[in-house]
Amino acid sequence: MGIELQNITKKFGGYTAIDDISLNVASGELVALLGPSGCGKTTLLRIIAGLEMPDGGKIILEDKDTTNLPPREKNVGFVFQHYALFRRMTVFENVAFGLKVLPRKERPSVTEIRDRVEHLLKMVQMEWALKRYPSQLSGGQRQRIALARALAVNPKVLLLDEPFSALDAKVRQELRRWVRKLHDDIHVTSIFVTHDQEEALELADRIVVINKGRIEQQGTPQEVYDHPANAFVYNFLGNVNVFHGRVHNGKVTLGSHRVDAPDEFKNTEEKASQAFVRPHEIGISRIRSSEADLEGTIQEVRLMGGQIGLNLECEGFEHPIEAEIPRDLYINLQLSRGDKVFVSLNRVKVFTGDYAI
Amino acid sequence: MPETAPLVRKRVSDPLPVQILLIGLMLLFFIGFIFLPLGLVFAQAFLKGWSVYLESITESYALEAVKLTLTTVAIVVPLNAFFGVTSAWAITKFNFVGKAALKTLLDLPFAVSPVIAGLIFVLLVGSRTPFGSWLGEHGIKIIFSTPGIVIATLFVTFPFVVRELIPLMEAQGRDEEEAALTLGARGWQIVGKITLPNISWGLLYGMILCGARSIGEFGAVSVVSGHIRGQTNTVPLHVEILYSEYNFAASFAVASILVFLALLTVALKVSMEKKFQKNSSHH
Repeated sequence: MGIELQNITKKFGGYTAIDDISLNVASGELVALLGPSGCGKTTLLRIIAGLEMPDGGKIILEDKDTTNLPPREKNVGFVFQHYALFRRMTVFENVAFGLKVLPRKERPSVTEIRDRVEHLLKMVQMEWALKRYPSQLSGGQRQRIALARALAVNPKVLLLDEPFSALDAKVRQELRRWVRKLHDDIHVTSIFVTHDQEEALELADRIVVINKGRIEQQGTPQEVYDHPANAFVYNFLGNVNVFHGRVHNGKVTLGSHRVDAPDEFKNTEEKASQAFVRPHEIGISRIRSSEADLEGTIQEVRLMGGQIGLNLECEGFEHPIEAEIPRDLYINLQLSRGDKVFVSLNRVKVFTGDYAI
Repeated sequence: MPETAPLVRKRVSDPLPVQILLIGLMLLFFIGFIFLPLGLVFAQAFLKGWSVYLESITESYALEAVKLTLTTVAIVVPLNAFFGVTSAWAITKFNFVGKAALKTLLDLPFAVSPVIAGLIFVLLVGSRTPFGSWLGEHGIKIIFSTPGIVIATLFVTFPFVVRELIPLMEAQGRDEEEAALTLGARGWQIVGKITLPNISWGLLYGMILCGARSIGEFGAVSVVSGHIRGQTNTVPLHVEILYSEYNFAASFAVASILVFLALLTVALKVSMEKKFQKNSSHH
């Protein structure tokens, strides 16, 4: 097992940042800790690295209890959100730092250090920047150097704290594909923290969704996306329309409408419920296709790249419903603002219980 | 619309008369309060010619005063650099009870009149106090001797380094230290390789200001020194004594040493600022 966390808790004053979290990460796995800001995911990462001490629980790295070890002895690579490169050192000195601070007995020779740094810089495609200072590099380049620096000490595990969040959208996407490829090549057990569901879905072998210091769900991106365990996870994993209502005997109320609920609610007693529909799962048509269709008016049209976003005002609904349709369909239907359309909500996901989001 | 361009341009700067008035006022101030007095110091110093000037500044009491002043600076600046770094470190890198109060108290030496600062030490370790007489019995003399002058100067110049470092260290945060920690560095390696290099320019700058003030400190030193010629007279005190003896030429000659040192400090400060800016763009 790469990383084993047992019943970790951490409080800051009266505030519980981590509430009894247990988590296993297999060797060579790439896991995403996904959650809103303030959910405790960064604290958990810092606890694994030894930058924070947990109030309770155990941290086992590669079958060795490291709970009470100082960060220096944990052999963990850490990549910071804002790179944290040493500003007074060149790129070479930055990457070599972890090797140069080793005790004399364990320290590689000068030529070995140079070879290793050059190898790492080649790996992150930055070998040309050997003599540059961090301030002379772009954000994406700095984060590559930070990655090379963390890998220089051959860490048992690699921890990345929101590694892409300070970058432009385009660089972010490039770098995260590149990190995925790098991970496939070197297979170091890795955990990265993110609040961006797209990033987690695209990059991770496994996603751990965290909220208020607890794990809500964990699983492969496919599992978590297709079978969210609860309303929080569903809501957090993408844009969604939420309808508060009641579910009863296989029917769920959406605004003043009633539609078929998923099978598992066939024989339930009447309960408060939340129904969710993702914008891209909403059907839009010029002609009525079933009795259950709603009538809506297009209130707003938004260009979103390949997709078109529509705000639909539907009778009996307090808030406009958000839908996303492919550009082709939008052109074929010749839609424009103020048009009346039929809206089908045939893929609702229903959760009962009062889940605060 | 090219014809509107000059209109827009006019609006961003102040009207010409206002500019002339402000620049004129500033020049007047500079002439009246800086250039004129500086010029007068040198004019008075050389009033009786070169030979009197040279004699005044090479006379034994003057040399003793310069020696005492430089000794004081040589002790005070490193000590306050050390205290400044440790205080700024504690305040910016840790959280503890009373931190806000401590941060406010750091300014106390600036807020208190130097004369009061001197008196505090006389009351604390003067020969009439129990602690002072105990020290006296053991042959340690603080008031009316060099240690007293050093302590008073330490107190008065303490804020310079720490004031310079706190905003710098606050802006830099703890990220780099934490990164070094995860890479296996030990405490002393982090201090030597990360923290000190990162604050080096700010520290030097603070030390220059601290040194300048140490050279020129009058009030606090005057109270604790006792004005013993050739023993406890610093340069500013010596200037004052010569002046009160109506020995104006000698007084201004010695004062010109202080002026010279002040100009040197300003020059150093300017060159530091340039390097500091160049370096902090490497962030």
